[in-house]
Amino acid sequence: MANFLQQVVSGLATGGIYGSLALAIVLIYRATRVINFAQGEMGMFAAFIALWLIDSGWPYWAAFFATLGLAFVGGVLVERVVIRPVERAPVVTVVIVTVGLLIGLNGAAFWIWGGDTRAFPSAFSTRAIHVGGVAFSIQDFGVIGVSLGAVALLFLFFRFTKLGLAMRAAALNPEASRLVGVRVGWMLALGWGFASVLGAVAAMMVAPTIFLDPNMMRPVLLYAIAAAILGGLESPIGAVLGGLILGVGLNLISTYVDFVGDALKLPVAFVVILAVLLVKPTGLFGRATVRRV
Amino acid sequence: MSRRRVVTLAAQGIAFLLGVAVLVVLPRWLSDFHASEVAYVGIYFIAILGLNILTGYTGQISLGHGAFMAIGGYTTAILVGHHNVRDLWTIPLAGLIAGGAGLLFGVPALRLSGLYLALATFGLAVALPAVLKKFDDFTGGTEGIQLFGRPGFTGKGYENVHVLGLTLTFNDWLYYLCWTIAVVLFVVAWIVLGGRMGRTFRAIRDSEIAATSSGVNMPLYKTLAFGLSAFYAGVAGSLFALATTFVNPDTFPIVLSLYLVIGAVVSGLGSIWGIVAGALFIQYVPDLASKYVSEAPGAPSVAYAIILIVVVVLMPFGLTGLIRKTTRPLTDRLFRRS
Repeated sequence: MANFLQQVVSGLATGGIYGSLALAIVLIYRATRVINFAQGEMGMFAAFIALWLIDSGWPYWAAFFATLGLAFVGGVLVERVVIRPVERAPVVTVVIVTVGLLIGLNGAAFWIWGGDTRAFPSAFSTRAIHVGGVAFSIQDFGVIGVSLGAVALLFLFFRFTKLGLAMRAAALNPEASRLVGVRVGWMLALGWGFASVLGAVAAMMVAPTIFLDPNMMRPVLLYAIAAAILGGLESPIGAVLGGLILGVGLNLISTYVDFVGDALKLPVAFVVILAVLLVKPTGLFGRATVRRV
Repeated sequence: MSRRRVVTLAAQGIAFLLGVAVLVVLPRWLSDFHASEVAYVGIYFIAILGLNILTGYTGQISLGHGAFMAIGGYTTAILVGHHNVRDLWTIPLAGLIAGGAGLLFGVPALRLSGLYLALATFGLAVALPAVLKKFDDFTGGTEGIQLFGRPGFTGKGYENVHVLGLTLTFNDWLYYLCWTIAVVLFVVAWIVLGGRMGRTFRAIRDSEIAATSSGVNMPLYKTLAFGLSAFYAGVAGSLFALATTFVNPDTFPIVLSLYLVIGAVVSGLGSIWGIVAGALFIQYVPDLASKYVSEAPGAPSVAYAIILIVVVVLMPFGLTGLIRKTTRPLTDRLFRRS
């Protein structure tokens, strides 16, 4: 039982990370109908910048928030510079541009910082606290708090501010939004900015446990994509829940099902998702879109 | 037939004959090493052709075509490596088995639309290497399967290959093998896509609802496209295994699937006449980036990414899109009614 609870909590921590990256993917999908394959690498790059700031003497949280600011600007720039020119191209073309970004950012990180694995400081102590005979790591709770906190802030922003409303309108119905004076192009760019911030949060939360190197976000991105499909690409809540379900589920499966272990975690995730898609082609929380012909 | 159609067909015929002529004489000027590189171009050519049938003609996006290549490659490797089957016979078999897998995958794929399908195929390609590692009795696990030196394998050490009364080096043999199959499959695609089936595919791509209401059996044709496309990928995978003389789970990484999509986009979706550009792009641009830009770790990737993004931004509809755009003013004048 104790082991079970520990696995659930650490599953929620990784699930929170998958969920925030999945939410980043869903935000961009809703706004631009594209899967951003560079989402993970953008986060990785931000984490390297954070480490660089910390190494030059910044306190952790100062570096954390400065990095989020830079990530936001970076996300907006990416949309303006490379995504906007292919706005009217077929979806596959835009996806290829994001694959190009993935390759480029990964290469740039190798070029600037080298391929060595580095330790990344954690804001939380790795000490364990004991609740009723079960040892939980403080770091797990910290990670859950930060990633879900970021998601909650974003939710409040979209729900209760005028800018958030404009961004939702631009994503749902660009033509009508343009008619009522929303600057749709800039709203999409802001969406990329927020997605980039979420990616940076995910990367900085995951880096202390899996260590920092240019390839570190590859598996995280795959799990996040899996979480996004599981929850439904259309649904932000679904993405976060999908991440949590995936994090906890995979942790339990690899602990209790011997056949799976660590090696088959990723295939199992995708097989489960394929099965879910067969039953519900738009994911657990997605709704089928009805189009007028 | 309209005048425009006749001229287009004539231009395509001339381009095709010129292409074949170049392919026949090219090895005279190629070193042995370069012949093997161009053989890989032929393999990518076949795979992109298959992907284009699916994505370009019926609009079903696959980000996981490397998985079908892997099925083809492993079919050949297991038959040649474990059962001593003559390698040439395994090529059509690899195509058929991958094609069968494609048909099977095509049925559930009917339920998925747009990017959900893209991500499902992507998941397939992500999951496959780990599955191959797990069932190691059958697939050789992480160590993979060695083809070189097996009785059924055509290339034997450093000896030349004797075929049809010709004596070829191993790499020249690979070159002619890959490109002969590529040309045959190209002609098949040309005929199939130019006829009724191609028209049906395009109707589905442009509007599923309109196609269905004109009496097109949409599920049948969408699944057929998946099978046909996977057949091409399987043949390409089989040739890939023969060319590398060895397969293991990392022979067909997820990156390969993404490279194929890059190749298809650079070629131009929905036309088979630009594919050679996509295949050349996959084979040569990464090398060029490291040879001429910088060999510092990471720098070639940056150069490659910049080239890729610039190419895609400048020609969002690929090479064929560019050709169409540049020749249109000319041909419009040619066919304008006076």
